[in-house]
Amino acid sequence: MRMVVAVKQVPDTSEVRIDEERGTLVREGVPSILNPFDEYALEEAMRWRDQLGGSVTVVTMGPPQAEAVLREAVAMGADDAVLLSDRAFAGADTWATSHTLAKAVERLGGVDVVMTGKQAIDGDTAQTGPGIAASLDWPQITFVGKVRELTEDGIVAERYVEGGCEVVRSSLPVVITVLKDANTPRLPSLRGKMKARKMEVPVWGIDDLGLTPDQVGLDGSPTRVVRIMTPENPASGEIHRGEPEEIARLIVDQLLGNEAD
Amino acid sequence: MASIDVRKDICVGCGACVPACPFGAISMEDGIAVIGDACTLCGACESSCPFGAIVIRAGETGAADLDLYSGVMVIAEQRDGEVDHSTLELLGEATRLAAADESSVSVLLLTAVAGEWSGKLISCGADVVYLGLAPELAHYRTEPFAGVARRVITEKRPAVVLAAATTTGRDLMPRIAKMLDTGLTADCTALAIDPDTGGLLQTRPAFGGNILATIVCADTRPQMATVRPRVMKAIEPDPDRKGTVEELAVAPEELTCRTEVLEWLPLEEGEVDITEAEVIVSGGRGLKSPENFAMLEELAGLLDGSVGASRAAVDAGWVPYPHQVGQTGKTVQPKIYLACGISGAVQHRVGMQSSDRILAVNKDENAPIFDFCDHGFCADLFEVIPLVIREIKRRRG
Ligand SMILES: Cc1cc2nc3c(=O)[nH]c(=O)nc-3n(C[C@H](O)[C@H](O)[C@H](O)COP(=O)(O)OP(=O)(O)OC[C@H]3O[C@@H](n4cnc5c(N)ncnc54)[C@H](O)[C@@H]3O)c2cc1C
Ligand SMILES: Nc1ncnc2c1ncn2[C@@H]1O[C@H](COP(=O)(O)O)[C@@H](O)[C@H]1O
Repeated sequence: MRMVVAVKQVPDTSEVRIDEERGTLVREGVPSILNPFDEYALEEAMRWRDQLGGSVTVVTMGPPQAEAVLREAVAMGADDAVLLSDRAFAGADTWATSHTLAKAVERLGGVDVVMTGKQAIDGDTAQTGPGIAASLDWPQITFVGKVRELTEDGIVAERYVEGGCEVVRSSLPVVITVLKDANTPRLPSLRGKMKARKMEVPVWGIDDLGLTPDQVGLDGSPTRVVRIMTPENPASGEIHRGEPEEIARLIVDQLLGNEAD
Repeated sequence: MASIDVRKDICVGCGACVPACPFGAISMEDGIAVIGDACTLCGACESSCPFGAIVIRAGETGAADLDLYSGVMVIAEQRDGEVDHSTLELLGEATRLAAADESSVSVLLLTAVAGEWSGKLISCGADVVYLGLAPELAHYRTEPFAGVARRVITEKRPAVVLAAATTTGRDLMPRIAKMLDTGLTADCTALAIDPDTGGLLQTRPAFGGNILATIVCADTRPQMATVRPRVMKAIEPDPDRKGTVEELAVAPEELTCRTEVLEWLPLEEGEVDITEAEVIVSGGRGLKSPENFAMLEELAGLLDGSVGASRAAVDAGWVPYPHQVGQTGKTVQPKIYLACGISGAVQHRVGMQSSDRILAVNKDENAPIFDFCDHGFCADLFEVIPLVIREIKRRRG
């Protein structure tokens, strides 16, 4: 089973603070991390590889320093890695990102399953997986909480959606996007870490992928960010103090409104 | 190729752009901003510069003939012929957007049997209902829905296409947008028409809710967006509203699909999807043990609500993961969110801050949750919650 996992380097949004005076993000000293959702996609791919044989290749599109998340993934057990990096890739929206990633999957060749995280914690779009599937004209299974079965003949996966769980079968090749429910990611191993440190990471640019400047990065992106603001801090409400009985009555007033009395 | 430049004649070295960059790519050298390699051309610095010294230029792109497109199309969401409430909310928003340029509102309903829904959709704001009927369309499946929708959009040329940011909308829309080579903005919480360009201004939270970004799709059509459920308001249904229903021919080859739904397992009795709940009673580390969650369950039961939890409570194994609210859990927007023993960390906040009313019980008066709740109760939850339960029972007699 030949599998590709798309991983992304993201700023750790839990470390992002707001400069109240300027209304901007304070990014100084904020570490970049492997997108937490992608660890579940990676773990899922590695489990099936461990069972069925084959390989897991991690791919990321990003600036040169995004290589760090590839090494992290290899330390966890991925077999090899490709960095898609080119000045022309900068400013990509999900259209351009999925287009570029899809070209990389084509160039890798013979891929059976592409896995992505449910979403990236910086953009929070969850659009890249279906975008890759559409680019490749492969079927897709999104919001996968569990992969029940994976064989040469196909995949059976559970989608966790509003109101229930949908069990879906698909032929291969396929793109799936993976939820946190799927597994518990393993920690990097000592051997993995050694391999990650020594590994040469191939870098593919626009020419390697047979792409033109109007298909990638900002120029290839139909959408553009025109404004960024800090959400208004909703005026914090009243803080009530007092005897527990009094507090309980106030809470019940809020909970029941004018339902009873 | 696109580029970013700092205009040296205008930059005064004020440094406002440095913290504005979400990627830490800007540094000050000799009193001038310098953009480093980590830049992704996201545009945050451009809007942060008080002097307009940072300029991002897109390369040449051939603009489509935008005037050929008009109106707003809503893609309806249904299961077993029941249209989801989010569709009515989108119709409400679509009527407001269409009023800006007096264009029309259409809705695309793909289903097995329309029943009375065409009429209902018209009464809720649709001027035209495009109805695609086939037994294969009873349940949502990516490929036939995307294939038919793409064809209809190409034929009807709406300027704007909206769907709900549910798992269905977020499965379908990126697929269609990629096939149509147009832009898609995810999970919008505000939409407006730019009075200067007539384009759609799409605003959405990003970076875990730390920022709000406004996004446009300038040169391609349609402008597509998924919209967060329960944010937009449906309009009051008016049975006298007039509209037309156009039944679409659906060709058998459009219905072919490489995936197959083997089973549908609805949530079991008593097992509620917290994203659908109107009242959520949520517990965090302050609950101290799994047994204490029984108290919250009882309270939620009295209110016809569900139990939510912080990640700390889920990680401790007190509550199963489907109940987790927050960045790595669910995003919820109930009418009432009661947080008990939850500190209000930013990752929790992003999952519940759009609730209509937030109530918080916490014994630490400095807990961050008190900064953004509507009513804070500085008290010990073990004293207060049992009294709340008793008081509700007493009032109801
Ligand atoms: C990448 C990432 C993703 C994350 N995703 C999520 C997520 O999706 N959801 C989430 O919730 N968190 C998430 N977190 C974790 C988050 O940062 C916090 O650690 C977590 O929300 C804290 O949970 P808590 O409020 O229950 O616990 P604490 O922060 O420990 O707060 C407990 C609160 O209970 C109060 N308390 C204690 N005893 C009582 C009492 N008897 N009566 C009243 N009050 C009492 C305390 O004063 C305190 O404020 C994430 C973190 C990271 C790094
Ligand atoms: N630049 C990128 N490089 C590699 N994978 C990506 C990139 N952007 C997004 N992805 C993948 O797509 C998923 C969804 O991301 P998003 O659509 O940005 O929310 C992520 O969890 C990653 O698996």
